[in-house]
Amino acid sequence: MADAIVQVHSVSKSYHRDSIEIPVLQNITLDVPEGEFLALMGPSGSGKTTLLNLIAGIDRPNSGSINVAGTNIVQLNESALARWRSRNVGFVFQFYNLMPVLTAFENVELPLLLTHLSKKERKEHVETALNVVGLADRIHHYPKQLSGGQEQRVAIARAVVTDPTIIVADEPTGDLDKKSADEILLLMERLNSEFKKTIVMVTHDPRAAERAHTTQHLEKGELIQ
Amino acid sequence: MKLPKLIAKNLMRHKLRTALTMLGLAVAILAFGLLRTVVTAWYAGVDASASNRLITRDAVSFIFPLPYSYRDQIAKIPDVSEVSFATWFQGTYVDNRPDHFFPRMAVDAETIFDLYPEFLLPLNQLEAFKKERNSCVIGAKIANEFNLKIGDILTIQGDIFPGNWQFVIRGIYTPKDKTVDATQMFFHWTYLDEKLKQDAPYRAGNVGWYVIRIDNPEKAPAVSEAVDRLFENSSAKTKTETEKAFQQSFVSLSSAIITSLEIVSYVIIGIILLVLANTIIMSARERIREYAVLKTLGFTSKHIFFLVAGESLFISIIGGGIGLAFTFPVVAGFGAAFPTFFPVFNIAGSTLALAITFSIVVGGVASIFPAIRSANIKIVDGLRQIG
Repeated sequence: MADAIVQVHSVSKSYHRDSIEIPVLQNITLDVPEGEFLALMGPSGSGKTTLLNLIAGIDRPNSGSINVAGTNIVQLNESALARWRSRNVGFVFQFYNLMPVLTAFENVELPLLLTHLSKKERKEHVETALNVVGLADRIHHYPKQLSGGQEQRVAIARAVVTDPTIIVADEPTGDLDKKSADEILLLMERLNSEFKKTIVMVTHDPRAAERAHTTQHLEKGELIQ
Repeated sequence: MKLPKLIAKNLMRHKLRTALTMLGLAVAILAFGLLRTVVTAWYAGVDASASNRLITRDAVSFIFPLPYSYRDQIAKIPDVSEVSFATWFQGTYVDNRPDHFFPRMAVDAETIFDLYPEFLLPLNQLEAFKKERNSCVIGAKIANEFNLKIGDILTIQGDIFPGNWQFVIRGIYTPKDKTVDATQMFFHWTYLDEKLKQDAPYRAGNVGWYVIRIDNPEKAPAVSEAVDRLFENSSAKTKTETEKAFQQSFVSLSSAIITSLEIVSYVIIGIILLVLANTIIMSARERIREYAVLKTLGFTSKHIFFLVAGESLFISIIGGGIGLAFTFPVVAGFGAAFPTFFPVFNIAGSTLALAITFSIVVGGVASIFPAIRSANIKIVDGLRQIG
């Protein structure tokens, strides 16, 4: 088995609503090997999206450690964490979250603005990413000119354009019809198998989870073995 | 694509909102520039005052005359290099319409242009003026406005000094620079005095005020004191002050209006600041989710702050620039419409600097709250926002 690229150790997380503490994750320990395609499943409120956010470095645990690609991200300050995210994490959201004022090309180019790549190099990277997701002919289209499936493919291109260590996907097919969802899942399988990308995906959909190598279930903030 | 392009694209998201906000800023800066120019025009006389000229007037009020006999006594005071005098004539040209008003003064033809070198009069015209007792010299603006030329007869209906007064124009002076008033008319005091001797002898032999030139401006307090001490026990006590203080005393009569104009000009800036702040707050609130997404991609709080503040600055600088560009023709048109009411009506450098500064400051200040709020948004909270 490959080395764990994601190591979550004894992580707990709770939120505060006014003076009430709401526990979300309790003492979670999880290893994700490099090249893994992991599905996190569970009912609403089970803490799967929170766990995904913690792994991606967009939220912080109350206790425990999270080591991703050799970095204990819990110890990083905000700006260091932002830099780390730009190099190591690709995000895919349920509702695509593309910038409506930018074309497909410009949306995919966004993460590259934080690199030292030249304009020409950025162009090459963006075109490659859009080719991988099969949208080379839509580079100048705005999100409103694309279908839901196409928008999600642009979002995936944006997630992979920096060649991140891991890809995190939060319900990537949740807002799509069956045909589009299948296309997206096929694309993610291809990213995993062909491009060796480690993927952690949150999903409600058992058919989506079937595409993953491994499935972990969360319930009431705990992993169910 | 770079971040400034993203700012530009965001500006185009609500074209009408952006355009109206820019237009509001343009109008505010235009109004500010115009009001400030009016205030500056009011102070034009003060600003154009010479530091080596003193004015001596009646101690009680400017409206009371001083004896002509004071002239020689003042001239003997140490450090006084030359003395001239003038009398406010007023009168009516054509009719009582405000645009037919311009200052008319009876002056000492021999000395007045020595005391006021900023009025440029060709030597041959000065000599012709000095020689002909019923002649006058007018400013170039008056000549242009009323299509008057040398040799024309200028008829003034007297009010303070009743009668039908006719003057031959023998000179047209031009201002040394744009801060100098070119709307005045000067004629011989002796012409006025002779008529008074015939029609109202009790009014003859008086002048309105004395203009004293001193060699050293630093001696102004001492000379002023010496002049006033000289006439301390006479029937017409004097008050001597620098020309700047003399002009300032006129301006202070309208100080409430000027202060109001100044306050209004700043209030306009305050209002547009609130309008812009409201626009930026609305825009930032609509995009909280997008800013959260940008943060997930690795953009920092500084980047988000730059995006919000940049948009605000872009609107304010472009809007302010448009307003400033239109201020020039509007001020020119305003000045042309009231050439005699505002003899000196130019956009001052300080007005330009203030307008530019406010354009930038408004954009910066308006964005502070929404920029900080957007920059500090927690990603998980931002992603939950309904876009």
